[in-house]
Amino acid sequence: MTHDELRQVVVEELTRIAPEIDPAAIVPGVSFREQLDLDSMDFLNFVLALHARLGVEIPEVDYARLSTLDEAVAYLASKRGTRLGT
Amino acid sequence: MPMLGADMEAGTLVEWTKRPGDAVHRGDIIAVVDTQKGAIEIEVFEDGVLEQIVVQTGTKVPVGTVLARIHGTGEPARAPAAPTPVTAPAPGAPVSSEPARHGESTSAGRVRVSPSARKLAESLGVDLARVTGSGAQGAIMREDVERAARQPAAAAPTVDRAAAMRAAIAAAMTKAKREIPHYYLSTTIDLGAALAWLRTENEKRPMTERLLPAVLLIKAVALALRDVPELNGTWVDGSFRKGDGIHIGCAISLRGGGLVAPALHDADRSALPALMRSFQDLVARARAGALRSSELADPTITVSNLGDQGVDATFGIIYPPQVALVGFGRIASRPWVAGERIEARPVVTATLSADHRATDGHRGGLFLTAIDRWLQTPEKL
Repeated sequence: MTHDELRQVVVEELTRIAPEIDPAAIVPGVSFREQLDLDSMDFLNFVLALHARLGVEIPEVDYARLSTLDEAVAYLASKRGTRLGT
Repeated sequence: MPMLGADMEAGTLVEWTKRPGDAVHRGDIIAVVDTQKGAIEIEVFEDGVLEQIVVQTGTKVPVGTVLARIHGTGEPARAPAAPTPVTAPAPGAPVSSEPARHGESTSAGRVRVSPSARKLAESLGVDLARVTGSGAQGAIMREDVERAARQPAAAAPTVDRAAAMRAAIAAAMTKAKREIPHYYLSTTIDLGAALAWLRTENEKRPMTERLLPAVLLIKAVALALRDVPELNGTWVDGSFRKGDGIHIGCAISLRGGGLVAPALHDADRSALPALMRSFQDLVARARAGALRSSELADPTITVSNLGDQGVDATFGIIYPPQVALVGFGRIASRPWVAGERIEARPVVTATLSADHRATDGHRGGLFLTAIDRWLQTPEKL
């Protein structure tokens, strides 16, 4: 899965949890908590959705590494062994 | 029509999930009702046989209206399929030739349908429970079925849901501020032990079974209510009525505005993993608009957690007829004096809004202290 595809997955799961989100308006480098109205239950559901869809195991200590769109994509890519640009 | 919270005055019957003659058991979903809080599944309170549906689908009726009659199992059984006599019209009420209005079915036991209308309904796929009869004593005729077939299936809610919910919250909160003499207490709780325990616990758990700190807070409130039961219940007709269990109403904000506070039943008796699953399920269903009647009718206290929004403390308004609300702010790292040292510790501010008619500040203080005490021994939660 390429970075773009991973990005697509992350955005899809976010908008599934918070349907009011405009995917085009997500600023990639700013934390989700700052720009989106997500509570801890939403964030937990987001992490669980990524786990279910991508099959990645995400330890709780790593949750902080999923706080922005860019970070989340980079983290998921590293967990899946995706090389940059592939 | 059950009262699903102090702010509810009426509901619209959307669907009957059982038919006359069906056996029903306590807790079964018998109908779906549309309210300002979304579609609510109505549960049965007794075992028996559904004898008669009184309120037809699409009808809006006030709280307290009889929706259906259930023949209890303790009573002499009556064959549900047996023809039932037509009840006499109420004294003085003329037998009208006008179409029977929804909710005023004059037949007992079953809907009167002319044989040809029944046949037509079957062929057109029309649910007879949704058809208004224009024949004698509300009997359903061929033309009624034809008319029903031309109409959309369910009466779509015409009111703007967000506006209706706003109005309901306004009514309940105005009542609370007008009638309940609130007193407020607050305390700051060291969550160092609780969060350290939670971290270790979550490391052991598969992803899908990890716990949120909010669940520890809810459980601590539930156990503290065992210690101080005077805050668990309702104020009705000038006196305190103790709750029949510890049912924590969880304030859940809805996307697009508004909130609901459905119950986590018997939260004091649920182990943390079960409580977490129930909480996840409750939040999901609250936001999808699929709560059950008991969840809205049963809360004996409310917990409002606004920590995720970054506030330090929450000073809530009690949801009548309850007598208390516990608020939590965000869990933040703060300087904390431990022994002779100042350390950074994760702390949370817990507040209590309580009804002074039911308790005094002394009781309230004991309660907040009990919450703190439970959170210092997380392994016992």
